[in-house]
Amino acid sequence: MTTIEKIEQIIGEYKEIEPGSLKAETTFEELELDSLDLVDMAMACEDTFGKTVEVDENLKTVGDLAKILDAA
Amino acid sequence: MSISILGVGSALPKRVLTNDDLSRMVDTSDEWIRTRTGISERHIMMEESVTSMALDAARLAMEDAGVTADEIDFVLCPTLGGDYLTPSLACMVQAGIGAECPAMDMNAACSGFIYSLHIASALLGTGAYRRILVVSSEGLSRFTDWNDRGTAVLFGDGAGAAVLGPGDDLKYMYLSAHGNEVPLHAVFTQGIFPERQPGLPEPDGMFFRMDGQEVYKFAVNAITTGITTALDTCGLKPDDVGHVFLHQANMRIIDAARKKLDIPQERYAINIDKVGNISAATIPVLLHWWHRDGLLKKGEILVLSGFGGGFTTGTCVVRWNR
Repeated sequence: MTTIEKIEQIIGEYKEIEPGSLKAETTFEELELDSLDLVDMAMACEDTFGKTVEVDENLKTVGDLAKILDAA
Repeated sequence: MSISILGVGSALPKRVLTNDDLSRMVDTSDEWIRTRTGISERHIMMEESVTSMALDAARLAMEDAGVTADEIDFVLCPTLGGDYLTPSLACMVQAGIGAECPAMDMNAACSGFIYSLHIASALLGTGAYRRILVVSSEGLSRFTDWNDRGTAVLFGDGAGAAVLGPGDDLKYMYLSAHGNEVPLHAVFTQGIFPERQPGLPEPDGMFFRMDGQEVYKFAVNAITTGITTALDTCGLKPDDVGHVFLHQANMRIIDAARKKLDIPQERYAINIDKVGNISAATIPVLLHWWHRDGLLKKGEILVLSGFGGGFTTGTCVVRWNR
């Protein structure tokens, strides 16, 4: 499973999304995630990937998140 | 030494401020507030004061416990602040109920009631006291920036009280502090000496300033870790818990914590929709409502868990013995 597919699974717990519809360029704004959804998603990603995710202005797209989670 | 909760009481100001009322004051809407916080309305002091709410709650708790003012031998008030910087709220309560005993305030923000249970347990352990009155009264509308739509929707006013005596009902207690003023603070400065060094906290109307995301993250972790550890330490299964009384800061925090814990959903006591965040008064108000409505059974296990400015946290396991 790719990182983006894993992210899709996590976001799927909050929002209904078409499987396979998430792309690196998809923004969290398009997904209509508000600020607390974002933090919750970041926390769930931290649990799954064991990486720290800061929710800030650099975290705009699914690709931004995948890059953090894939970093060594 | 441990404690027994002998009686509980609460009091709210009469004025109900609805989300629609707020949407006429700042740029917000009922829908926005409800979906992001779970709050529909909160009570705001008009003719009431922090002291008057404290006294109303205290008298109900004393009546519930069947104790009179001359039997109260310590008054402890967890609060962000009474009506005066000095005298303390506790002194106002002591005089107001007509008790002759020591009295002091204690500030652990929203975790204050749980902190107070621990302090009361230690005081009772000295053998010098038999009946301790704990009163949390919070006038948060005084620290709310009514032009800031991010925080004005969150807070309310109210008071909750408990009378405590010696017993063995407190089964577990864990308190913590993680000092950091950045995510949540209110500057405690009014006047400023002209030659005071720059860089120190500047007067800011003593308003709450908050980074909601940071608080959310901290709170969800604090509650889930706190309660999981409490149950493990006590050898309790999630199903052994009769009711859970969480600090009510945001419904989204409560929902996220509930999702991570295996305790049945209906065992969480919730009143955030009606009162918003009333800091240290939250848990005793909830306890009083659930007791008043006959929802608590004698002998059942209660888990209390709070978090707040500081940050502070507190989680305890108490047997309800009424």
